[in-house]
This record gives sequence, C-alpha cells and structure tokens, in this order.
Amino acid sequence: MKYQSQAVAKPYFIAAIGLFVGQILFGLIMGLQYVWGDFLFPEIPFNVARMVHTNLLIVWILFGFMGAAYYLIPEETENELWSPKLALLMFWIFLVAGALTILGYLLVPYAKLAELTMNDLLPTMGREFLEQPTITKIGIVIVALAFLLNIGMTLLKGRKTVVSLVMVIGLTGLAVFFLFSFFNPDNLVKDKFYWWWVVHLWVEGVWELILGSILAFVLIKTTGVDREVIEKWLYIIIAMTLITGIIGTGHHYYWIGTPEYWQWWGSIFSAMEPIPFFMMTIFAFNMVNKRRRNHPNQAAVLWALGTAVMAFLGAGVWGFLHTLAPVNYYTHGTQITAAHGHMAFYGAYAMIVLTMISYSMPLMNGRKAANSNKSQVVEMWAFWLMTVSMVFITLFLTGAGILQTWMQRYTDTPLNFMAAQEKIAVFYWMREIAGVVFLIGLTLYIVSFFVGRNDPEAVIEEKAAA
Amino acid sequence: MSETFTKSMARNIFYGGSLFFFLLFLALTFDTESALPDRDNRQAITEKVALGKKVWEEHDCIGCHTLLGEGAYFAPELGNVYKRFGNSTEAIVGFIKSRPENGIPGRRSMPQFNLSDEELEAVAEFLKYASEINTNNWPPNIQG
Repeated sequence: MKYQSQAVAKPYFIAAIGLFVGQILFGLIMGLQYVWGDFLFPEIPFNVARMVHTNLLIVWILFGFMGAAYYLIPEETENELWSPKLALLMFWIFLVAGALTILGYLLVPYAKLAELTMNDLLPTMGREFLEQPTITKIGIVIVALAFLLNIGMTLLKGRKTVVSLVMVIGLTGLAVFFLFSFFNPDNLVKDKFYWWWVVHLWVEGVWELILGSILAFVLIKTTGVDREVIEKWLYIIIAMTLITGIIGTGHHYYWIGTPEYWQWWGSIFSAMEPIPFFMMTIFAFNMVNKRRRNHPNQAAVLWALGTAVMAFLGAGVWGFLHTLAPVNYYTHGTQITAAHGHMAFYGAYAMIVLTMISYSMPLMNGRKAANSNKSQVVEMWAFWLMTVSMVFITLFLTGAGILQTWMQRYTDTPLNFMAAQEKIAVFYWMREIAGVVFLIGLTLYIVSFFVGRNDPEAVIEEKAAA
Repeated sequence: MSETFTKSMARNIFYGGSLFFFLLFLALTFDTESALPDRDNRQAITEKVALGKKVWEEHDCIGCHTLLGEGAYFAPELGNVYKRFGNSTEAIVGFIKSRPENGIPGRRSMPQFNLSDEELEAVAEFLKYASEINTNNWPPNIQG
C-alpha cells in the first residue's frame, strides 16, 4: 500500500463480502422454493427472497466498486485521497441505508414498506432490481455524488492515467444512468424502455468500463507489463464495449411494445457484444504470458484470468445464445435468461471485485505483496469451487430453459407454465446442489482470510521466470 | 498489438465511437417515441389503469411473474393473462382474491394480498391494458 488513505477500501470490501454471503443464502432459499413451493411460505414469499437476493448483489458489487476506486485512484493518481473521512462517512450511510432497506423487505409486507416510505410522493418502487424505496434511491444518489466528488477531487490534484480516467468515466456513467430509476410513467412501454437505461446501460455499458479499469490495474501490478501496452488494450476494449453495447440495448426492445426495427438493431449490435469480452480474455492471457515478473500473489492472478474467461462465457457466449430476435422470440423470459444472468454477473462483476480484493487485501493487512502460501491455497480452492459450481448452475438452468422453451413455447401443443415447471424440476434440484457447493466455496473463501496469518509471505523462486 | 496502432488511435476510437453510437441511440429513441402512440395502447391508460400499475408495483408482482417477458421466472407470464383467462377481468379478480392465506402444501402459491375491490379491479384493468400493447406477436402462444 503506497498511500495511507487507500486503507478506506478495507471496510468497503469487508461489507461487500458480508453482503455476498447474504445474497447466496437467499439464493439457496429461492432455489429451494423452486422445487418445494411452500418453503418458508408465507413468511418469506419468493418475491421477497428474490428482492433480497438481487438487491444484495447490486449493493455488494457497488461496495466492491467503491472500495476498488478508493484503493486504485490514490495509487494511480499518486496522491492521498481527497477526503478519507468523507469516504468513511459514506460507507456507514450506505451500509445503514442498505441494511434498513433489506430489513424492510423482510420484516414488513412490501405494500406496507411502500406506504411507510411514502412511495405515493414519487412512485419508483416495484420494478425489477429497482425495488428500493424512493428514499433509499435518493440516498444512493447522495452517496454516489459524495463518492464521485471524493474520487474526482483526488484525480484532479494528481496524475491522470488512462486507468483512473476510464474508471471515473464508468463510475460517473453509473451515477448518471441511475437517475432514470426515478422516471416511472404510467405508460408501461415507456416505463420499460427507460428502465433499461439503468439496467442495460449499467451492466452492458458503463460497468464494463469499471471492470476493464480494475482488470487493467491488477494486470499492471501483477505482471509488470508496460503501462502503455495495457492502456492501449483498455481503450480498444471499452471502445468495442460501448460501440456494440449502446445500440445493443435494442435486444431488450423486441417484445415490449417498441417498433420492429429494434429486432435488427438489437440483433446485429448485441451479436457483437461478445467481441470486447473475447478481447478481454486475449488481453489478460497475453499480459500474463508477457509478464516481466512472477508476482507472489498467485491467487490474484488466478482471479484476474478467471474473470476474463468467465465474463466472456457468461456475458459473451451465454448472452449471444439468446440475443438474436428469432431465437429470443422463444426464449425471452425463460430460465435461459436466468442462466445467462447468473454466469454473467458472477463472471464479470462478482469476480472482478474478488480480483481486486485478492490483490489489495494482503497489502492493506500489512503484507508486502501477498498472503502466505497456505492462505492462497485455500483461496484458490474457493475460486475453483465457486467458479465450477457456477458453471454447473448455469448448465442446469440452461437445460431447464431449453426444455421449458420446448414444452411451453416451441410446440403446437404448449403446456401451461406450471405443468412445464414440474417437468423440469430435476434440473432445479441439481441447480440447488450446485448452489450448496457454491456456498461451501464461499465459506472457504472467508476462511482463507484467517488461515496462515502468521506464516511468512509466499515467495516465487526466480527460476520460474527465466 | 502492433506498434503502428497507437494508444492515441485507440483513445480516439473510444471517444469517437462511443459518442457516435450514443447519438445514434438517442436518434433511435426519438424515433421510437414518435412511433409509440400507435403501438403502446396509451389511449387505454385511464386513472384506473394507472392505479392498477401502482397496485402491481406496490405488491412487487414482478418479483415472481414476468410482464411482457421481463421480471422473475417463478410464476406465469401476465402480459397476456387477460386473454388466457378468456378476455375476462372478473376471472383475474377472482383468481387473486381466492389465494389461500397459508399457501398450498408443497406447491408454489401466490400470497393473499387482501386487496380492496377497487384495487382488484384496477390491477385487472391494468393487465387488460398490457395485453393490448402491440408486442410484435409475443408471446408465441397463449400459455405465455
């Protein structure tokens, strides 16, 4: 750690991991409800579990992004953070607001929560992923503004690198597009149209800039490859991201009341959306192959390479699978979508945050470069257990989705929704088992922070580099 | 990447490309807005339908169901439920009203939301309005 103020990232990362655990627990509850319909009913109905699952995901990823920025920006700009105190204050505000919101979902009926938080004044609740009470949304905006101010001031007074610039563009975009969550017209088509300006332009747009900049940062640090080379890659990757991804929004505009021409725009541009992810994979492996040193934090390198591969598979390949309009006509809103969502979010965003944590946590804990060998071995086990089980979760959901599409949509004698669901229950059971393995992996991940703490740092024998 | 392709070229592609495609996106959005009145069934949006949308939102229906294919995949598509239920708002009202308080043993069940008659009618009207949006013939069949 080069600057004292980078340490504010630590509470952000700890909170992120804690919320991640909550997300997975609620994922397992939902997975069980898919096959055991009245599990926890009516105390925790499926929709409540799902809100908690997806909102925790968003919040922990945001904690991760903010932590990553607080660590990365001072180091890149070569000066202390503008205001570590503001960063800590915002941490507590965000954590308390997040916790209260989740408790609200769990403790009172959603309609009651809407009433208590005066949703009437500015109704924004009850839309997928944007279920937060309006007051929470306003809180998110305030935290985001304070965060951007802090990061922006740090950038202004320091060295301006491409990595930090791209990250700040991504984070600014994140805040700007979130503002569309306040637009909720009575017209359902318009509501849906602009809802995607938050959701799609986040995950298939500006978030990829944040992902790219974190990956570039970790690769610069762990491979020692010339910054010029890495920054050129970063520019071209994010260029392709936005060139394909912005118009790629059209793949959500096939069947929601918007004009037919979106089927062309959406299909053509989103078919190209895997390109930046593929470039990212090539980039990561290339940089590691050309490394000038063998960094002792092998776990961080593993996470970085894993992110590149899994983001390509989850976002790129599984996205392409159902993005062409004639295919999407049959698969829209089935388990295929769920399969893609799981691997894409894990591969791109969960893993990049874990990459950054893996790289920076040892340094914030006073290590020179890396954790002990023992700790890294446990962390790598966690990596493989989580990643492989996520591959299986995705495969089982894909199997379920193909059969669902077949029986309910792609036939002359369509089954009704529940009849089709019952026929594919075996896939849901297997998904749940894979989910349990994921939880074991996550548990090991947490264990990795506590083992081998008093052991010496891992070292790399230099002969390997020759 | 080769030396002839420089970082500043990459940077220019990023800024130029993003700006161009964002402007194109805005142009398409503008065109979509002008095409929507013929497609989005806006003439059917009454006060009741607007209330229905609010009831829909404040009970987080999207947390289990899909609506025009978007939402959760735990319960049936509702964009065409009005048609599936024989073009009847009463059937929708009857279904929501009759959900058992403690669910159905072993099976997925919709919660009993204890909606008022006004809210029930409103949400049914909202679903009727949704079913008449021009969705380019989606879903492929009545099962949604």
